[in-house]
Amino acid sequence: MEGNFYPLLKWMILPPLAGFVLNGLLGKRLLSERTGGILGSLAIFLSFIFALLSVSDLLNLPAADRLLRDTLFAWISAGPFTVDFALRLDPLSSVMALVVAGVSFLIHVYSIGYMRGDRCFHKYFSYLNLFVFFMLVLVLADNPVLMFVGWEGVGLASYLLIGFWYEDTEKASAGKKAFVTNRIGDAGFLAGLMLLAAVMHAGGVYGLDFSTLSANARLAAGASFAGVNAAFLIGVLLFVGATGKSAQFPLYVWLPDAMAGPTPVSALIHAATMVTAGVYMLSRMFFLYEAAPAALNVVLITGCFTAFLAAVIAVAQRDIKKVLAYSTVSQLGYMFMAVGAGAWAAGVFHLTTHAFFKALLFLAAGSVIHGLGGEQDLFKMGGLRRHMRTTFILTATGWLAISGVPPLAGFYSKDLILEKVFASGAGFVWLTGLLTAALTAYYISRLLILAFMDKYRGTQHVHGSPAVMTAPMGLLAVLSVAGGMAGAAWLLPFLQPGAAPEHHSALMIAVSVSAAAAGIIAAFLLVGRRAEDLAAAWPRLHRLVYNKFYVDEIYAALVLRPLERFAGWTFRVPDSKVIDGAFVNGTAALFMSMGRGLRAVQTGNAQFYAIVFLAGLCVLLAAVLAGYYL
Amino acid sequence: MMIGPDLLNIAIYLPLAAAIGVALLPRDKEHLAGPLALAALLLAFVPALALYLGFDPALPGMQFAQDLPWLSALGARYAIGLDGISLLMFMLTAFLGPIAVLSSFEAVKEHRRFYYASLLALQTGMLGVFAALDLLLFYVFWEAMLIPMYFLIGIWGGKRRIYASVKFFIYTMAGSLLMLAAILWLYFDHQSRTGIYTFALSAYGNAATGGTGMLLFLAFALAFAIKVPLWPFHTWLPDAHVEAPTAGSIILAGVLLKMGVYGFIRIAVPFFPEAAMTAGWPIAALGAFGVIYGSLTAWAQDDIKKLVAYSSVAHLGIVMVGALVLEPAAVSGAVLQMVNHGLSTGALFLCVGMLYERRHTRLMADYGGIAKVMPAFAAVFMIVTLSSIGLPGLNGFIGEFLILFGSFKVWPCLALISLGGVILSAVYMLGMYQKVFFGPVTNPANKELPDLKVREWLCVLPLLALIVWIGVYPNFFLKRLDTAVNDYIRLAGGQRPPFSLTQEGK
Repeated sequence: MEGNFYPLLKWMILPPLAGFVLNGLLGKRLLSERTGGILGSLAIFLSFIFALLSVSDLLNLPAADRLLRDTLFAWISAGPFTVDFALRLDPLSSVMALVVAGVSFLIHVYSIGYMRGDRCFHKYFSYLNLFVFFMLVLVLADNPVLMFVGWEGVGLASYLLIGFWYEDTEKASAGKKAFVTNRIGDAGFLAGLMLLAAVMHAGGVYGLDFSTLSANARLAAGASFAGVNAAFLIGVLLFVGATGKSAQFPLYVWLPDAMAGPTPVSALIHAATMVTAGVYMLSRMFFLYEAAPAALNVVLITGCFTAFLAAVIAVAQRDIKKVLAYSTVSQLGYMFMAVGAGAWAAGVFHLTTHAFFKALLFLAAGSVIHGLGGEQDLFKMGGLRRHMRTTFILTATGWLAISGVPPLAGFYSKDLILEKVFASGAGFVWLTGLLTAALTAYYISRLLILAFMDKYRGTQHVHGSPAVMTAPMGLLAVLSVAGGMAGAAWLLPFLQPGAAPEHHSALMIAVSVSAAAAGIIAAFLLVGRRAEDLAAAWPRLHRLVYNKFYVDEIYAALVLRPLERFAGWTFRVPDSKVIDGAFVNGTAALFMSMGRGLRAVQTGNAQFYAIVFLAGLCVLLAAVLAGYYL
Repeated sequence: MMIGPDLLNIAIYLPLAAAIGVALLPRDKEHLAGPLALAALLLAFVPALALYLGFDPALPGMQFAQDLPWLSALGARYAIGLDGISLLMFMLTAFLGPIAVLSSFEAVKEHRRFYYASLLALQTGMLGVFAALDLLLFYVFWEAMLIPMYFLIGIWGGKRRIYASVKFFIYTMAGSLLMLAAILWLYFDHQSRTGIYTFALSAYGNAATGGTGMLLFLAFALAFAIKVPLWPFHTWLPDAHVEAPTAGSIILAGVLLKMGVYGFIRIAVPFFPEAAMTAGWPIAALGAFGVIYGSLTAWAQDDIKKLVAYSSVAHLGIVMVGALVLEPAAVSGAVLQMVNHGLSTGALFLCVGMLYERRHTRLMADYGGIAKVMPAFAAVFMIVTLSSIGLPGLNGFIGEFLILFGSFKVWPCLALISLGGVILSAVYMLGMYQKVFFGPVTNPANKELPDLKVREWLCVLPLLALIVWIGVYPNFFLKRLDTAVNDYIRLAGGQRPPFSLTQEGK
């Protein structure tokens, strides 16, 4: 088998699993809060160390031979199917594993401070460890079926953590919404895999590991299903899965609601790691998309549309976490634009830098919310730069990074994506991307201004955050500053060893930097009085955007409620009335009434019987005589 | 003792012997009925386990077989044995039996001797069905099973127990009579052609073709379809489940429904491969339809037990697709999924029973916020729920995955329809979970509920262990299936051709 056997890989996924079990089973009764928090963080730290060791070993291999594999056992074998529980480490999964383990560790540490005193402190760390376990399974899986285990597993962790404070019905509902919406995407993912497996089997290929699939991608390109090219169909179906997990149109609606979870969870799962799984999956399966360029167009257009739509919605939100949530949806759209333009490495690059600065922004928001005793409304903040100096400086770093100000991280990756899109010839998409960049700079500046500038508008007493929270944010800030430069120098050649180095055109850089500058300047000019004037001038437009174009309401009216009513009707009418009523009980009633009818004849009256007897005799006689004479 | 037919007989008849013993207990020793029944079923599990471990997956045909003269004048023989498929069903039955008994200790207070004797006799009937290799013997066990189940629902059931038990009995009986007629037809036909009176299953491979074959196939198919239950023959199930005591529901969902699918695999399809080849798709289509239908009707329920009952219609629907598609992975998946459904739905009914014993209501609206009051129970229920909706890493996923991927190659349409169940199951199961466990505790009656007791843990833990085990390492179970599945597909006339994936299309 291709690749080098490397038994160390399993040690990346085992510590979080152990952490999940220990914190989950021993929990409150046996572990102090301090021990539980340290245990949870330590597990992730171990994963990170093993990831570093493995990646350094991977780097020692020649560029063409960078693949490590660890097969734990034969997982499912039935008929022609054999799926191994096998892990793989190549440049793509290395980057992802390091980001996941690294950012997770920082957020675990932050959580020790953030969750202090929570009634279910141990459960929180248990779930968080479970998430990292499944995320690493997703990342390291050597075949799409095992990847699906991680894929749905992180969805489970997300569900549990969104509804972590389950006594609030709204939060519990947000968790369910996330799970169900993701399941719709997952059904698409599964359908894509079913078709892929069928195509492979038809061509005599039974291995489902990525190397085998990649080597036989031409089988998909040469097959068709229901008159549509199979590679295209598989590509689109897998992308449906990605739109669920990575919150793209039309399945993005769960992510803003997912902000009901504790803020570190929003930072880790719903910004830095899990939601990027779709981008990762498409990059992993890029060999299929190479065989079906039309599917890439679907990805490109969807990503572009989502990026723009979400950025527009983010402009008018009042809740600090909602702004960041829509920002995440929008940034994920950028990543899909990259993949759609054929530049998956640029997408993964942006995934990495985004993990740094968006995690930073979320943790900073968490620090603000923590400091204000739970307040999330931007209009009740203001002037916090004086009360929370560290948080302000850290937020400002994230602000510059996401806006695309050189030389911070976001600039490098976003600029690269825009260049790639432009080079692919999709002019309109590029233009929309550029406009979205300006909007991004605007809404994030607006957040910064509303929260930290002017005077404090709230009533809560403000307190700063402890070092256990600010230190991880500090590290993320460093990465948000330097991650772009480092990534451009090392990450891209590592992901695509053969590719030519990127040449940045000065004109393109100038254009994208001016878009960012325009957004920032506009925010400083408008936010405060003038933006409110604008909103008042177009009240309908403002309401439309503030209410997120009523997409949730439209879904409820067009899909959810009709389906629920249909389910109720199915039970009441066809099931209860027709099948059970008319047919089953009807048959019983028929025999019952026949019995009753016959019983009426059995009067017990001897004279009546004699008359019937006589009548019968007459009929018989008549019949006999008629037969004889006629 | 060698691992052979003797052990098989012990495993089958030990419960029946114990049933007689329990029934004959003196009145003042009635409290011993439960513990005695539990001891007997635990003891009977030992030979079953030995059979499972001693089974050689590589050998074709039946193992631990025994063939003795029985009713010689009729040509009926006492023939038993197990292949991989019946082995798994046999183990599932032997495994669920003790759990069903243990779950009744506090719920059942009246007529305890008769209750446990019924459960024990039922156990022998079910094990016998899976081991029988003679049609008459099969039929005897099949019918014998009905009687204790009828009593369990009719005596220890809920408010509408009489209606439910009579409905269950008559519905199943109507199907069985058709089957009996078909059996007799086959029996005399075989005699007229060969001069030999026999009920041996092996004598009836490809027993009839053409119009006759189709009619006979449909007679068997109807009897089995009622048991599955296949849409639209399912309405006895929700009533039976809602009214049955917890143990009855566990056995009903866990084992009895499997006999329908098992009947298709062991009898209907191999006997009439030609008819099955033609009628397979429409029947599987009813199954796929049932996935969506069962999910929607489950969604519409207010009663937890009824919801789980309707979800069974959905789960068994997808199993029917896998069983009839005649693709090896799908058939293996179908058999494994029967085990999975037995475990997860058995566990669900067990959990619902625990709630019922505390609050005496099954309406979701009467609960809310239970996760805060009973955290351990909430965790257990969550795992079982996830198993039921097929979360990867737990057992349900393996079966669904194999059925979907296997059947897609032959019947892509039915596979895609069944896939809809993946979405809907999350909707109704998580919806139910939320209504019961999340939100604030609004009902004062729910404020002080005790969490799981030791006895309840003992019921639940073995189920949880298997739910995780099958999800993580299913090969321990799948590898015993391969040979039997291939035998089945061979008897059914071979694999169906896959649909064309070439550029020209179909």
